[in-house]
Amino acid sequence: MFGYYLDLALRSLKRNRMLTALMVLAIGLGIGASMTMLTVLHVMTADPVPGRSARLFYPQVDPQPMENYKKGEGPPDLWTWTDAMNLLHDGKGVRQAAMSGGQVTVVPPGGVTRAFNAHARYTTADFFAMFGLSFADGGGWDAGDDGKRARVAVITRQLADKLYGTPHAAGRTLRLGKYDFRVAGVVDDWHPVPHFYDLNMGDYADPEQVYVPLGTAIGLKLSTMGSMSCWGDFPQDGDMAKASGCMWMQYWVELDTPAQVAAYRQYLVHYSEDQKQLGRFERAPNTRLRDVMQWLDYNHVVPGSVQLQTLLALGFLLVCLVNTVALLLVKFLRRGGELSVRRAMGASRRSVFVQLLVEAALVGLAGGVIGLLLSLFGLWVVRQQPTQYAGLAHLDTTMSAATFALAVCATLLAAVFPAWRACRLVPARLLKTQ
Amino acid sequence: MELRPILSTLRRHKITAWLLVLEIALTCAIVCNAVFMIGQRLERMDLPSGIAEHELVQIGLGHIGNSPDAIAQSQTDLAALRQIPGVQQVAVINQLPFSNGGSSNSGIRLSPEQQQDTLEASTYYGEGVLPTLGLHLLEGRDFRHDEYADFGTVIADLRNGDLKNLPSTIIVTRALAERLWPGKDALGQTLYVGKGLPFRVIGVVADLARPNNLNWGVGYSTVWPIRMTVADGSSYVIRTAPQDRDAVLKAAVAALKQLDPNRVVLVKRTYDEARHAFFANDRAMAGILVGVIVALLTVTVLGIVGLASFWVGQRRRTIGVRRALGATRGDILRYFQTENFLLASFGIVLGMALAYGINLFLMMHYELPRLPGIYFPVGALVLWAIGQLAVLGPALRAAAVPPVVATRAV
Repeated sequence: MFGYYLDLALRSLKRNRMLTALMVLAIGLGIGASMTMLTVLHVMTADPVPGRSARLFYPQVDPQPMENYKKGEGPPDLWTWTDAMNLLHDGKGVRQAAMSGGQVTVVPPGGVTRAFNAHARYTTADFFAMFGLSFADGGGWDAGDDGKRARVAVITRQLADKLYGTPHAAGRTLRLGKYDFRVAGVVDDWHPVPHFYDLNMGDYADPEQVYVPLGTAIGLKLSTMGSMSCWGDFPQDGDMAKASGCMWMQYWVELDTPAQVAAYRQYLVHYSEDQKQLGRFERAPNTRLRDVMQWLDYNHVVPGSVQLQTLLALGFLLVCLVNTVALLLVKFLRRGGELSVRRAMGASRRSVFVQLLVEAALVGLAGGVIGLLLSLFGLWVVRQQPTQYAGLAHLDTTMSAATFALAVCATLLAAVFPAWRACRLVPARLLKTQ
Repeated sequence: MELRPILSTLRRHKITAWLLVLEIALTCAIVCNAVFMIGQRLERMDLPSGIAEHELVQIGLGHIGNSPDAIAQSQTDLAALRQIPGVQQVAVINQLPFSNGGSSNSGIRLSPEQQQDTLEASTYYGEGVLPTLGLHLLEGRDFRHDEYADFGTVIADLRNGDLKNLPSTIIVTRALAERLWPGKDALGQTLYVGKGLPFRVIGVVADLARPNNLNWGVGYSTVWPIRMTVADGSSYVIRTAPQDRDAVLKAAVAALKQLDPNRVVLVKRTYDEARHAFFANDRAMAGILVGVIVALLTVTVLGIVGLASFWVGQRRRTIGVRRALGATRGDILRYFQTENFLLASFGIVLGMALAYGINLFLMMHYELPRLPGIYFPVGALVLWAIGQLAVLGPALRAAAVPPVVATRAV
């Protein structure tokens, strides 16, 4: 029976090519535009560290003075050196890392004239295990190296290939500015999207190329990079550890069970109270503890322009669907005569209905093909945009399948009402007028 | 033109007619808002920076290894840069309007007792900011040479609480002056920074936009008599004739590299490039919106053409009868055009209400301003015109139906 419906549908679509083409084009345009934007949104709202994001938390405390205090305002997003070091020393989490962005001048074996700047991350030892980076060669450093200010570094595979022509670079010497470091390990490609652990670098920034122990970097006064907010003592002579009135660091902690999370919340409040008694903090305890996805949400990582574009694309899809409903309605009603003959010959309403839906599904499939091509084109256009996330806009298999599913479902939905109207026609009346 | 027959025909095709009205309404609502958003972006891209945009180039440097005495090196560099043919002015400036990356800002207060900052102004440092950037001084004067203090000294003084040698004069923009002292002369007024550091206004410039964070007030900028070096993260800004920019940029980089090869060039661009990059997002968004508008109008036109063609096909016999009874081709043509006009009008009325609703929603969630009233009549005219154009083809085909059709059996 299905084959027969298919045959009928193809004949009917061929009979009025103009109308068929209009419908297919309208659906294709609507699907293409909305899938382009949905794909961009899908990429941008993805979990940057799948499997770990629920266990990684960003704590916040408020070390600022009473000046400029606004009641009800949340604590700042950044950490002072002193607080980060205190929390690190207490080590209440399963793992924890204090960190900052930085910029280093990499001097390749080729010499000073080929030197280039690279983004670096100055961090404590747990960074690699906590965020789940895998090593192609060697390994990270341990807490002792942080304290001893050991001259070690971890680099990415890409940088290792560029500098030494091999990913097996552990033990080699890396020159950053005027200092030599020993390469402790080489990490495999790791590109969390968004750049969740430090959004000051740009929400969709590329990961850093060089990792240096935080203590070493600050001891050597390597230049830091990112947001900094100060109220008191500014950094002097580039020594960030002395900038006690400045917030400029990030702090992440891993907590595996709800009990640990609850205990950590308590700990943050106690810590703030203690600091207030010591006279360091002026404000009442004002703390937060957010996991990765909550942190991204709180920071409004998905830009408003992308949300707007998605709304726009969905509105566009709606117009295309209304258009399809209208066109299918006239198409089905025009065939009242033919349908009446089928009904008079004994076809049930149900089978006429199914026949019309098969016809609509064919239109939807064709629309899906055009929609897929258009969304590939649309994503290509997005990739030409100069935004940071542009390069990430690719159609994966899930989204390609979703494109077809959306096209067919949307068309079937659009066809339900016209088909229902068409199979409610009274055969006798139409046949009589013929 | 008699409207009654048209309305009674439409009543027999109620659902299809309503669907078309709905389609036109949605298109109208989306297009109005999209055009408005394009306008917003274009307006942003058009903001005045207040500087001689086409005459500036910027060079930023980073040092490898031991950096020598930064102040002395800056003086040597500046002297060398001034020697390059075509260079009119050179300065070390901490930031430029409309550029990405960091920016320097400071909270401004009107009295030392104030607990909250009145606003956050961007702070431009560097010796010779006014002549180099080509700022237009409205009243007052530029800083004298002896008013400048070195950045490093200022930071050290602030740290030690030694406030007597700090600069105490400042130049503000007209926008900032009007915001802080509305209706008064800004010259000679005092503003306060941080914990009551006073600065006396000695000059007012026409415009100077801030680097970024434009929502803090595009024109709220200040110029301070603080001398910078490249080691403080500032860059060399050179003013030259527009046609000499490329040559000067090349020669300047070569000269700087020759003075000290242990340096990496971090930034090397004309100001036009910097501004272009800053607004790239807005340009891209405007482009996408234009694309959506075109696609949307196309789909709507296709829908109108499709439905009108169908109706013409369905009514061939009726048209033939009307023609046989004496209706002219023009009558038939006008019939379909009036029908479309009616549908479009319904759609437009509904669409305007919807456009207003969408605008309210966007105002709540995306900080968009209110849709100006002018969009409604213009939008209506455009949609009427598009509807008439779309229906013209099918209507002409209807007008071409010969009266003899009436006599034929179906």
